[in-house]
Amino acid sequence: MTILVVIEHDNNTIKQSSLSTISAAKKIEDNVEAIILGKDMNSAVNDLKKCDHLKKIYTVDDKMFENPIAENLSSAIAKFIDGKDFSHILSPSTTFGKNMSPKLSALLDVQQISDITNIISSDTFERPIYAGNAIAKVRSNDKVKVITVRPTCFEPCGKNSEIDSQELVLDIDVNGNVSFVKYDQSKSDRPELTSAKIVISGGRGMQNGDNFRLLEGIADKLGAAMGASRAAVDAGFVPNDWQVGQTGKIVAPDLYIAVGISGAIQHIAGIKDSKFIACINKDEEAPIFNFSDYGLVGDLFEVLPQLEEKL
Amino acid sequence: MKALVCVKRVIDYNVKIRVKADKTGVETENVKMSMNPFDEIAVEEAVRMKEKGLIDEIIVLSIGTDKSQETIRSGLAMGGDRGILVKTDNEQIEPLNVGKIIQTICKKESPDMVILGKQAIDDDCNQTGQIVATLLGYPQATFASEVKKNDDNTIDVTREVDGGLETIRIAIPCVITTDLRLNEPRYASLPNIMKAKQKKIEVVEIQTFGIDIKNRLDILEVNEPPERKPGIKVQDVESLVNKLKNEAKIL
Ligand SMILES: Cc1cc2nc3c(=O)[nH]c(=O)nc-3n(C[C@H](O)[C@H](O)[C@H](O)COP(=O)(O)OP(=O)(O)OC[C@H]3O[C@@H](n4cnc5c(N)ncnc54)[C@H](O)[C@@H]3O)c2cc1C
Repeated sequence: MTILVVIEHDNNTIKQSSLSTISAAKKIEDNVEAIILGKDMNSAVNDLKKCDHLKKIYTVDDKMFENPIAENLSSAIAKFIDGKDFSHILSPSTTFGKNMSPKLSALLDVQQISDITNIISSDTFERPIYAGNAIAKVRSNDKVKVITVRPTCFEPCGKNSEIDSQELVLDIDVNGNVSFVKYDQSKSDRPELTSAKIVISGGRGMQNGDNFRLLEGIADKLGAAMGASRAAVDAGFVPNDWQVGQTGKIVAPDLYIAVGISGAIQHIAGIKDSKFIACINKDEEAPIFNFSDYGLVGDLFEVLPQLEEKL
Repeated sequence: MKALVCVKRVIDYNVKIRVKADKTGVETENVKMSMNPFDEIAVEEAVRMKEKGLIDEIIVLSIGTDKSQETIRSGLAMGGDRGILVKTDNEQIEPLNVGKIIQTICKKESPDMVILGKQAIDDDCNQTGQIVATLLGYPQATFASEVKKNDDNTIDVTREVDGGLETIRIAIPCVITTDLRLNEPRYASLPNIMKAKQKKIEVVEIQTFGIDIKNRLDILEVNEPPERKPGIKVQDVESLVNKLKNEAKIL
């Protein structure tokens, strides 16, 4: 068995989601190889060469991979694996992997296993369904297993190695029916939501975007990432990619602090694997208390300034 | 232009689901069912495009048991023109096979645009749109939060991706999958619900497709997720900080 991991990166560094995916691969089998497709990505490749567990690295440097266009990526990877016998193709279950990997599965005529959270054996995996309110154990009968991996469920691999990479030229046609227009990156000096040790999130209870400043002071002191409920995002308080939950980001920090968030199942789906959950809510009946290790009943507008001061 | 919108009947998002005692799945008897929320957004987007004169006809497609006719009717009440039900007894057809069925329908109907929810809230797979696009060779724009038709035969789609928003331009025919912020679906008015009863739903038996719909994955068991151990309420900020420092040892 040989596993191929498709690496997510931004041409400069490789994403933490990929480090976790490498760890997941290693749990299935020792023979792990990686493919990285991009443009002018020397520093990303150098970063990848340090990753533990990899036996081989394939790099594909071409203008068509400057941005992650799913059509080009999936055709290229399908072309690469044609005639080789990879047993598993793993990608992170991030928007990158979710966009591209099902295309690969369709090209190979196999049924993808989405968002695995646990590995039972080389063909049997666990994955959450119904927003994590149930866990399905599934066995794949396909020859090649195309899988996306939930990054927060696997420790990122170390970077203590130094291995060579092999450059590939894959002769595929650029898909002319899709082109990249722009990427508006939300700017933030804070740690990334999905890899931060501490996350503090605000919900509808924050009332408006300005009030998120009350959370900022605390986030600064704790070195925390900031998130939000869907209600807070929909109301325009904060950017879309702050959304935590079933359909937003899945986080699993050491500490998650939910402020003015009621604890709807779709939100809980994104935070359940946190080591500790604390909440601040003025309604002592709010469901969030059932999921919190430490709950404080109180008005956030009084509590937050006190909390910032005491830290 | 013609749009095909795919809708799935799922347990209503407000229902607290129960895992069956024999671990074979989730209880669906006597449980409120609704259209997958992302698919409602897909129907709404098609209807808005029709209202702007960009689309002439909206077909609402579902694959499922007879009961999925209700789901199609809700789509017709929102503004769909006609329905297609691909009838099957297997309630858990996998995305790859769903994709193949939609592909076959597309060969017959030649829609200019296939619009689907980005994921169904039952199996949370997030695959079908991508599979349909691949099988048909159409460009895809997944996780759409804004869809803008250009004067030529292209569409600009803003996508919700990790870390921000990406915009891509795709040529028609295409596949679009919807994210939550694309629009807010309307409630069907009573007159429109009545009108929808007159609209046609064509029922096709799945056997006629000649597609092997055997599942590739065996569901060995379905379990409750591990429970979090019950927590406590703290009296004030001081004791919260104290707990976080000394018990959780985080700060
Ligand atoms: C298909 C689908 C997918 C979804 N995906 C997600 C998702 O990924 N993530 C997500 O978060 N949601 C998601 N939702 C939405 C979810 O169902 C809830 O509507 C949402 O999480 C509610 O956000 P909230 O807790 O901020 O708001 P509310 O439920 O309105 O809760 C606000 C809370 O703030 C408290 N509060 C108000 N004022 C104060 C104050 N002064 N001090 C202290 N507390 C106060 C209130 O007591 C209340 O508990 C999804 C829904 C659907 C249908």
